[in-house]
Amino acid sequence: MEFYDQAAYRQADDDQYEPLLAAKDETTTEVDSSLPDDLTRDELELPSLAEPELARHYVRLSQQNYGVDSGPYPLGSCTMKYNPRFTEDVAALDAASVHPDRSAESVQGTLALQHDLQDYLGRIGGMDAVTLQPPAGAAGEFAGILLADAYHEANGEGHRDEVVIPDAAHGTNFASAALGGYDVVEIPSGDDGRVDVDALDAALGENTAALMLTNPNTLGLFERDIEDIAEMVHDAGGLLYYDGANLNALLGRARPGDMGFDIMHFNVHKTFATPHGGGGPGAGPVGVTEDLAEFLPDPHIRETESGTYERYTPEQSVGKVHGFSGNWLVLIKAFAYIDRLGDDGLSDASAKAVLNANYLAEQVDYDVPLGPFHHEFVASAGEQDAADVAKRMLDYGVHPPTTKWPDLVDEALMTEPTEVETKDNLDDLADAFNAVAGDDDETLEAAPNRTTARRIDQTSAARNPRLSWHDLD
Amino acid sequence: MSGRERGSPYAPHTDEETAAMLDAVGVDDVEALFDIPESVRFDDDYGIDAKSEQEAVTETRKRLRRNDDLTEFLGRGHYEHYVPSLVDHLSQRSEFLTSYTQYQPEVTQGFLQALFEYQSMLVELTGLGVANCSMYDDATALAEAALLAKRVRAADGDRVLVPEYVRDGHVSVLENYTSGADVSVERYATDAGNVDTDALADTIDDDVVLVYAENPTTTGAVEEHLSAIGDLADDHDALFCLGSDPVAMSLLQRPADVGADVVVGDASVLGMPASYGMGLGVFACREDFLRQVPGRLVGASEDADGNRAYTLTLQTREQHIRKERATSNICTNQAWVALRTAIHAASLGSEGLVNLAERMVELPRDLAADLDDLTGVRAPVHDRHHFREFLVHTDQPAPAIADDLEAEGLAVHAVGDHRLQVCVTDANEHAADRLVAAVAEVTH
Repeated sequence: MEFYDQAAYRQADDDQYEPLLAAKDETTTEVDSSLPDDLTRDELELPSLAEPELARHYVRLSQQNYGVDSGPYPLGSCTMKYNPRFTEDVAALDAASVHPDRSAESVQGTLALQHDLQDYLGRIGGMDAVTLQPPAGAAGEFAGILLADAYHEANGEGHRDEVVIPDAAHGTNFASAALGGYDVVEIPSGDDGRVDVDALDAALGENTAALMLTNPNTLGLFERDIEDIAEMVHDAGGLLYYDGANLNALLGRARPGDMGFDIMHFNVHKTFATPHGGGGPGAGPVGVTEDLAEFLPDPHIRETESGTYERYTPEQSVGKVHGFSGNWLVLIKAFAYIDRLGDDGLSDASAKAVLNANYLAEQVDYDVPLGPFHHEFVASAGEQDAADVAKRMLDYGVHPPTTKWPDLVDEALMTEPTEVETKDNLDDLADAFNAVAGDDDETLEAAPNRTTARRIDQTSAARNPRLSWHDLD
Repeated sequence: MSGRERGSPYAPHTDEETAAMLDAVGVDDVEALFDIPESVRFDDDYGIDAKSEQEAVTETRKRLRRNDDLTEFLGRGHYEHYVPSLVDHLSQRSEFLTSYTQYQPEVTQGFLQALFEYQSMLVELTGLGVANCSMYDDATALAEAALLAKRVRAADGDRVLVPEYVRDGHVSVLENYTSGADVSVERYATDAGNVDTDALADTIDDDVVLVYAENPTTTGAVEEHLSAIGDLADDHDALFCLGSDPVAMSLLQRPADVGADVVVGDASVLGMPASYGMGLGVFACREDFLRQVPGRLVGASEDADGNRAYTLTLQTREQHIRKERATSNICTNQAWVALRTAIHAASLGSEGLVNLAERMVELPRDLAADLDDLTGVRAPVHDRHHFREFLVHTDQPAPAIADDLEAEGLAVHAVGDHRLQVCVTDANEHAADRLVAAVAEVTH
C-alpha cells in the first residue's frame, strides 16, 4: 500500500502553512465621507492585496483542501458525488440571476424552471406538491414541522405536541422538531438496526404529531415494516415525515409517497449532485401529499390555463422559511442534473451507488454487523478508535468515512462511496481501510503525517477560542 | 466519460467491472441488492427522458430565456454590486467547490482558513467579538438572533420588536422560527424613514428580549438614532440587533460603537449577483454569547508539529452532538458564498470598500435630485441621507408607472399607491440617466 501526499501544500512560514491575509497586509483607511461625521465610522482596517497576490493566496488555500475531485470521499450520509460542471454554467447565466422582486410577468423563465423542478421532484418523491423554498435539508425539516403543525391545528388537533424520532436519526431531526416547539420522543432501534415496532407503538399516542424517519436509515437498511409503520402512525393521528438524506439509494425503485409518507425533504446537494461547497449552500425542497398542499410556504408557483406561470399564496400557507425563494442557483443545478440523467440515469445512479457500497463492504476487513444495506454501510473499527482510523486513512490518500455515528455500531465507520467510484478506486479505498485495520494504536494516534496539517488540537481550540485574526498574537 | 450509451454518465463502471463486482458480492443482478418489499416497489418511471449534456444545457437555457432582459433598480434588502472575475475563478476551484463541511480539518485547512478570514473581516466590520461562518440569509439570521436573545436573557421575556419598514416576508420567517419559543413579534413605528425613538420608548418594556433596527433601512435611509435605540434596549435588558451588510458597515457607524449586541444581514452583497434572492446570513455578536451562538465557528489551534492550524470548534453547541438541545438546527449553511464574499472583500481591500460605500451614498443622492427635478415627482420622500436606494413620491399612480417603466426595460419597486422605491449601485448606474428620461416620459 502506497502513501499519498494529499491536500498537502505547505509553506511553513512563521509556523503557518499559509500566512493569513492579515499577516500579508493590513491597511487602515480613514473614512472620509460626504456624510456627517457622526453617521460614519472612523476607520477600517482590512487586508488590501494586489490581485496577483490575492490569486496566489486562494490558490494555495485550495491546494490545502480535499474535494470530490481530489479523490474518493466516502463520507457516510453526505452523498459526496461528482458535481457535473455544466450545471455551473447554466446557473451562471445572466437570466438565472434576476432580483427576487421582479414581476412575475417579467420572469416567466424563472417561474417555468421553478414549476418544472417542483414537478420533477414531485414525480421522484411520489408527492403531490413541492416547495423549493427551504435553503438546506435542516430548513426543509423545519418547514415540514411547520406544515405538520398547521395541518393539525387546522384539524382541531393543536394539542399534538410530540415528534417521535428513532435514536439513529440525523441530529437535525431532533433540533428541527425542537425549533418548532415540539417535545422529542426518542425511540431505540431494534437489534436489527431498524425501527423497533413495539417501541414505536409505545411511543405513539394522542399527542403524536409526526414520526420522522430516514429510509433507508442511517445504517443503510431499508425499513421493511414501512407499511405497518405508516399505518400505526396514521392510526394514531400522526403524520409521517421522510428525511431525504438517503434518497440516493431508492431512485427508480421506491418513492416515499408510495410508502405512506406525508411530508418529505430532498437534499439536492446529495441526491442531485449540486456541489457541497465546503459546507453549503444546499437546498432542501419539501414535498407533501394533497392534504397538506394548502399549507405550503408563500409563494408557490403554478401554471395558468394560458400556459404562463404565476406566484400565489396557498390558502392556509405557513408563510415563509427563507427571506426570498431559497438557494435558487443551487436549484437550477439540481434541475439540470435531473434533466440530464432522466429516468435511465437516475435509476442507474442508485444501482451503482448500492453496488459500490456492497462491493466495498465485501473488500473491507472491518466487520459490518448489519445488513442488507443499500448505498452506505456502517463498519465497526472494533478495538480501534474510529476517529483515529479516520486520521490514519488520510495518509493513504483518501477521505475517511463518517465516524462514531450512529451509536448502534461500536466505533462506527459510516461509509458511502456513491456511484461515481470505479472498481479500481474502490479497491484502493479498501486497501486503505485494510492497511489501517492492521496498524497499531501508536501509529493511529500519531496520524496523519502526510497532510497539510498534522493532528489538530481540538481541546485547546475549544478551551481557548480564537475565532478571528484579532484573537491571535 | 465511460462511453456507455445508457445509465448515469457519472457512474463510470464498464459492463465487465459491473459483472466482476456483482460476482464479488455474490449476486447475479444488482436488483437483488435492494431489500425493498414488493408492495412498495415503484414499477413505473418518472417520465423524464435522459439527455446529452448539450441537450440539458439547451433545455435549462430555453426556460431561462423566457425572462425579460430588464435593467433592475431593485433593492429592498437584496442588492447587487459588480463582482470581480477573480471571485468566480477562485471559488470555482474544484478543491473548494466539491468539498464538504470540514469534519477532517487536516485535509481542509484551505477552506477553514478562508472561513476564519471571513469571520475576521466580519469582526472588523462589526466591532463585535464573534462572527460565525454563515447562516442562510438575513431573514433566518434575524430569527436566530431572536432565539439567542431568548436564551441568554436572565429574566423571562416574550416580545421581539421590529420596525415597520421590515419586509413582510422577513417578519414571517421571524415569526415561524420563534413560534416554538413562545415569542411574539411586534412592529414599532417609524418616523420619516428612521426609527421613531419616542414610539419605541413607549412600547418597550421588560418583556422585550430583542429590539431590531436596520442601517441602512429596507427603504434606504441611513439611521440617525442608533445609539438611542441601543440605550433603550439596554435600559430594559433587551438585546439590540442591528441589520446591515459589509458594504454599508465599511462606511456607516460601527455597530459596536452604537451598542449593537448582535449584527445580522446579507453579506452576499459582496461575491454574488442578485441570484433571485439567494443570500448569505451574517451572524455576529458579543463575545459573552459565544456558547449560545448558532451555526458553525472556525477557530485557530495548533497541530502536532506546533504549527497554526484551523478547525471547526465549540461543536457541542451543534445539532449533530446536542440534538434537540442544540443552539440551532442548521447544518449545511452558505460556506461557499462566504468564501466568495471574503474573496470579493479582500480584492476591494479597506480603501476599495470605503470608496464603494461612499459611492452608495452619492449615487442615490444624485439620482434622487435628477428625479426630483421632474414634474409630478418628489425624491427622496424622506429628508434623510440614503444608501443605495430611496423612496420616490409620484403624483400619478405608482403601480402604473412601474408597469410603464417595465415596458421600457426598467424595473423599479412600486411600494405604495403613489410611491416607488429606486435602488442605484455600481451595477446599474450606467442606466440612471435612462431611468430619469423614462420616468419623465411615462409621467408627462
